[in-house]
Amino acid sequence: MTPSAAPAAREELRGGIRAGAPLALPMLLIGLSFGIEAVTRGWAPATPIAMSLLTFSGAAQIAVLGVLSAGGGVVAAVAAGLLVNLRFLPIGIAVGPSLQGRAWWRAVVGQGIVDVSLSTARLPGGGYDGWRLLGAAAPQWLGWQLGTVAGVVAGPRLGDSGRYGVDALFPAFFLVLLLRELRRPRARLTAVAAAAVALALIPLAPPGVPVIAGCSVVLLTAWRT
Amino acid sequence: MSATVAAIATLALATFAIRAAGPVALGGRRLPRPLSAALAALPAALLTALVVTGAFDRDGALAVDARAAGLVVAAAATLLGARMVTAVLLAAGTAALLRAI
Repeated sequence: MTPSAAPAAREELRGGIRAGAPLALPMLLIGLSFGIEAVTRGWAPATPIAMSLLTFSGAAQIAVLGVLSAGGGVVAAVAAGLLVNLRFLPIGIAVGPSLQGRAWWRAVVGQGIVDVSLSTARLPGGGYDGWRLLGAAAPQWLGWQLGTVAGVVAGPRLGDSGRYGVDALFPAFFLVLLLRELRRPRARLTAVAAAAVALALIPLAPPGVPVIAGCSVVLLTAWRT
Repeated sequence: MSATVAAIATLALATFAIRAAGPVALGGRRLPRPLSAALAALPAALLTALVVTGAFDRDGALAVDARAAGLVVAAAATLLGARMVTAVLLAAGTAALLRAI
């Protein structure tokens, strides 16, 4: 796929947007919860907004917020965010071989990688398409940015954000996606193993590590086959 | 303030590189079969890890609180055919309700 607006590219872009559109509103709600929590925990309004624009990763941004609020330093917070975002690396490895075009274009397409890319950007016949990947991320990107700004504006008026249960939005969002994934019987064993590893590491390891370690159980799947 | 700017910039640049790495390094190549098999299982593992840490991690300690109840309600709603937005809002509503009483 080249960065031209050929009809096929436009078709894939549209297909991606259609696949990603149902996630825009839930993403807006999580962005809202991030914005509210950031300002109620004393961040300047520009900070969460800049972070959402530049990082575009709910899990990492929430991890950074969590470490700073728990009294961890800036270095520990950034390290947590990076560890959480390492999950994009295996997604990029899964998607990468399907991508055509020059290296700079593939780097641009990679910026469309989000947690759900492996399902939303997948072509019916297998493999992935760059335009489809970018299209699928676009509605989520928009929801995330609008939600962050709305949360920053609304936060100071709401008081304690825990009162509204907004911290339940994030895990619920991923649970709904997980339930779809679990229709495949083989995915269930993977999920149980990942849950056990992540749970065991929560009290032991720094933030971010339980997520990466949970992902790494797929290597056992490879060994089994 | 400058520490915040440095933190945001570091996270942004590193995230850019992490997202670009696979596509740049592997574009047009083939993965060994065991690796593709492992990556096919990745969505389930990743989503599970995100659910577990999002629901049971409270500042580095295990905690079963109102969020867990919200998850149960969201799961039930999804299995009964609710749309994603509805399920997610029910989770927040349940957590809010439990904290109010």
